Amino acid sequence: MSEYKIQVKNLHKAFGKKVVLDGVDIEIKKGESLVVIGGSGTGKSVLIKCIQGLLTPDEGSIKVDGVEINGADEDVRDAMHAKMGMLFQGGALFDSLSVWENVAFGLIENQKWKRKDAKNEAIRVLRQVGLAPDVADLSPSELSGGMQKRVSLARAIATKPEIIFFDEPTTGLDPIMADVINDLIIESARGLGATALTITHDMASARKIADKIAMLYKGKIIWCGTVKEMEKTDNPYVCQFINGSSQGPIKVEV
Amino acid sequence: MFNSAKETFMSGNYIENFFRKLGKPLVRFTAGLGELSLFIAKSVYNSVTPPFYLKLLGKQMIDIGFYSLPVVALTTIFAGMVIALQTYSGFSSYGAESAIASVVLISVTRELAPVFSGLMVAGRIGAAMAAEIGTMRVTEQIDALVTLSTNPFKYLVAPRVLAGVMVLPLLVLIGDVIGIFGGFIIAVYKLGFNPANYINSTINGLESLDIITGVVKACVFGFIIAIMGCYNGYKSRGGAQGVGEATTNAVVSASILILIFNYIITELLFAK
Ligand SMILES: Nc1ncnc2c1ncn2[C@@H]1O[C@H](COP(=O)(O)OP(=O)(O)O)[C@@H](O)[C@H]1O
Ligand SMILES: [Mg+2]
Repeated sequence: MSEYKIQVKNLHKAFGKKVVLDGVDIEIKKGESLVVIGGSGTGKSVLIKCIQGLLTPDEGSIKVDGVEINGADEDVRDAMHAKMGMLFQGGALFDSLSVWENVAFGLIENQKWKRKDAKNEAIRVLRQVGLAPDVADLSPSELSGGMQKRVSLARAIATKPEIIFFDEPTTGLDPIMADVINDLIIESARGLGATALTITHDMASARKIADKIAMLYKGKIIWCGTVKEMEKTDNPYVCQFINGSSQGPIKVEV
Repeated sequence: MFNSAKETFMSGNYIENFFRKLGKPLVRFTAGLGELSLFIAKSVYNSVTPPFYLKLLGKQMIDIGFYSLPVVALTTIFAGMVIALQTYSGFSSYGAESAIASVVLISVTRELAPVFSGLMVAGRIGAAMAAEIGTMRVTEQIDALVTLSTNPFKYLVAPRVLAGVMVLPLLVLIGDVIGIFGGFIIAVYKLGFNPANYINSTINGLESLDIITGVVKACVFGFIIAIMGCYNGYKSRGGAQGVGEATTNAVVSASILILIFNYIITELLFAK
């Protein structure tokens, strides 16, 4: 087996004439937490969706546990999805189902749990992310944004995945709630020994949950290193991004 | 003058512009047709292979069938009534009684019940399907299904397509009865015919081909409604506006296709 859980090489993706990913390389070791930072609209979500097979890349190689995913059969993809959990940017909770049915979805539909056992497990996971059992029977639309994020996190970790993706987990939350979610991400990823890929533009969150940080700019990874290395780097792009300055090499296209 | 016109024509600008103008929509249309064909193939394949989500199928059958009963009943009863009235005003000089009974019977079972039920369900259900699936698309719920190892075609599309194909014929059969009853009401209470004779003529005129035609049409219409609803929802983009467009497109395209296929099926079954 390969030492890397996820290996992405030379990934290209364009929508029509608009090139979004232009040769992305990423490697994540087993149990490691990589955070990809980058401005809005730089293609962070597209990157995660390509790795999960939700979008088909134009070119490049994506290996999970050493197995090529790009262009693979449905069986291979299904096996890969069974190892993965994903926290979506907007939560993406199923609004036709109750909170606990959302959390238990993977357990019931794929791991063939009995509904009663699955409900107990869902309530246990909900408690783990700080939600009381009485939200279990509510509909997702009855919850606040922060609570929806927690439910979505619970759904992502309920199947005990080996790899978890977090798409802007703290965007749209107040700083305190964001920090609570960061702690939950660290706890749940460490608790499962999972490999994590997080994308964000929230530097406080990135510093807290990352083993390694990579910066995506103009379709390429232009810098990669540990949090400590990031604080010391003199890469002008990274410096500008972490200081949140409008002055520097990154020009915001209006 | 003739020469110069020929020159510009020959110079290529004219032809090139013509094809350029024609080209883009043509390419887009062909690509769309290919995309739709692929969607239909995937939908059919996933509808007939396990796993089946029976609970979701049951829910769709109730949504499409049971809750459409009032609109189907209302449209078919008035359709039957108006046909009885029109036939009377047109045919009153001949043997009106049996003529009205059989005209009502044939037009309701072959045409009015299937087409009106199809159009009503397209408006009610096609729109709801496109809106629901479209919302799931733009809020990434469909992506979430995939990451939870669930095939959206099996979970979302198959139950709707199967329910459409199975339930529309039942609705149409009910519509047949109600439409004929509408004709009966007018014949008996307004035109003063003998009820027993009218019922007799109806039963004598009854042919299995009429009923089968309606049922075949209903199956096809149910398929069209579900496919157009799911397809437009599935490919919708760009937030609330995209979902709105998907909903409109689903209803309009399903309605047009229903009328086109209504003609084609009639032609296939009755053209001699
Ligand atoms: N399905 C799609 N079709 C067309 N363009 C897309 C699609 N998904 C994303 N894009 C484009 O790709 C770019 C990157 O999007 P995204 O990955 O969502 O950015 P972010 O880094 O903020 O997550 C955007 O400009 C967006 O318009
Ligand atoms: Mg994004």
